[in-house]
Amino acid sequence: MDAMTHKATTAAADPVTFYGTEVTSRLLLGTAQYPSPAILAEAIRASGTEIVTVSLRRESGAAKAGQSFWQLIRDLGVKVLPNTAGCRTVKEAVTTAEMARELFGTPWVKLEVIGEDDTLQPDVFGLVEAARILSRDGFQVFPYTTEDLVVAEKLVSAGCEVLMPWGAPIGSGRGLNNPYGLRSMRAHFPGIPLVVDAGVGLPSHAAAAMELGYDAVLLNTAVAKAGDPVRMARAFAAAIAAGREAVIADPMEVRDMAAPSTPVMGRALFGS
Amino acid sequence: MASTQTESTENTTPWQGANAMRVRVIGAGVAGLTCAHAFAARGAQVTVIERKSGSGQGCSWYAGGMLAPWCERESAEPIIAELGHESLAYWRAAVPDVPNEGSLVLAPPRDLPDLKRFSRRTEAFEWVDGARIGELEPDLDGRFDQGLFFPTEAHLEPRKALAALTQKLVEEYQVAFRFAADGFDEVDDQSGETEQADFVVDCRGLAARDALADLRGVKGEMLVLYSTEIALKRPVRLLHPRIPVYIVPRGDGHFMIGATSIENDERGRVTGRSMLELLGAAYALHPAFGEAEIVEIGADVRPAFPDNLPRLRRRGTTLYVNGLYRHGFLAAPALARRAAEVAFDGAYFPEVMDEDHRQW
Repeated sequence: MDAMTHKATTAAADPVTFYGTEVTSRLLLGTAQYPSPAILAEAIRASGTEIVTVSLRRESGAAKAGQSFWQLIRDLGVKVLPNTAGCRTVKEAVTTAEMARELFGTPWVKLEVIGEDDTLQPDVFGLVEAARILSRDGFQVFPYTTEDLVVAEKLVSAGCEVLMPWGAPIGSGRGLNNPYGLRSMRAHFPGIPLVVDAGVGLPSHAAAAMELGYDAVLLNTAVAKAGDPVRMARAFAAAIAAGREAVIADPMEVRDMAAPSTPVMGRALFGS
Repeated sequence: MASTQTESTENTTPWQGANAMRVRVIGAGVAGLTCAHAFAARGAQVTVIERKSGSGQGCSWYAGGMLAPWCERESAEPIIAELGHESLAYWRAAVPDVPNEGSLVLAPPRDLPDLKRFSRRTEAFEWVDGARIGELEPDLDGRFDQGLFFPTEAHLEPRKALAALTQKLVEEYQVAFRFAADGFDEVDDQSGETEQADFVVDCRGLAARDALADLRGVKGEMLVLYSTEIALKRPVRLLHPRIPVYIVPRGDGHFMIGATSIENDERGRVTGRSMLELLGAAYALHPAFGEAEIVEIGADVRPAFPDNLPRLRRRGTTLYVNGLYRHGFLAAPALARRAAEVAFDGAYFPEVMDEDHRQW
């Protein structure tokens, strides 16, 4: 098999599965903060993203008044992962998830229970409780969590079949704050789809997450707030594909000494 | 009949004297009033129809009134800045009290990256340090170390400006106004009286969704504070990654604080969280706002197309001026001038008339 054929085969045969649903794109995009819905739509198309998150807590108003924006999202023809962004209590998150299921007709929910206003750090205690309630009620929960293994274990026992640890605080663009923790998590949960969610600022951060063996990357601000969101979306898609290809390609080991690719001693013999 | 009229707009036959163009403008917000002005200034006989009891009482009522094309350039397409420059000149000439004080953009120390980002995306500003900020706004002396000053921008008080424009239209241009009190029924009137107008200019904002299916609402909430402990000469924008807020001095100790931007079309309902955010930002700008009196809170819905850019659409003898989003005062006069040229001269403006003009 020549190199080109091999590459094509790999790309086609490399979907990731979330709760039984296969997707090819490993980039998940948030839909907030774009200059306009038109630019959001273009960014999604340019990136090949198949799953987008949508927040409901604030947009729903008193009578689900966010319909026109949600309809724009539905019209994009991608899978919608409603989120509970902005929720600070278990009850709020559960209510928002129930509304999301009704509005978008999906059991999927990205579960956020925010515990701290400065870092938007998840309240992991509330998160586990809400995940248990929602899983029991038939939801398929994508929990936004930290890289804490004990919390992750509890989320899995609560019924979560996907885990989404943060790279860094939401919107900070700092990249992977704790690569060691993320690597441990990957090693600890070899069979569970892991998605780095939040804190990713640059395509290189996303590539690094993929190189750690993560299954996908979810981001929003880095694309939405870029000077050219469409171009940045494409850059992230390329970086994520590169990182994924690298993992499959089995990277070389790091060494302390230089290892010249041609034998140094023989070099003069080939000169002039 | 309609085709004859349309042809006459496209040749050189002037709409003059007994042949004055009869124009009906629907909606007396900033779009409707500036359109009425643009048509009347070219000799049209204009009637403005408004379902409310006075002009400027829709979402124009809650506008910030910042005439800040360069600040808007940070997050909007270049066309907004371009329309904004034209509109800025218009307002200076058309209504009294348009202070030319520029605008100031500030960020608390932890949000300085946002200030850098803002500066990269626009122009026509100068970086200012703490001392210069203190010179510009003495009450902010010592509170911020860095900021951006846009000296060529201006602001106005939307309610006063639209009242002044209405008066000018009545007195100088004999524009007729028919408010709800006159018993106007929007739907019947449109169908029943269309033949009496050569052109209908539909400036109904979100209410025009019956004709413009891609229009959506983006909710904005604002409040007005009263304090004698602090004075500002110009609008101040306080950057924050999630909650950017502006404070516009309205004179006599009044300050307008705005505005949220939420993807829904719910009118009038102001939430606690939004007020917390707006008040929090005002308090961060100056603690005196913590002791200020809350004079007013309000919310309305901005009409927007999917690309958040304004559009001028022509269907026969009806012109739709809509989708002004956050840029009512900044874009309306420039659109109104174009609307009049479309009707009088058969002009075409791709930058606001092409369906996908974001590429323009």
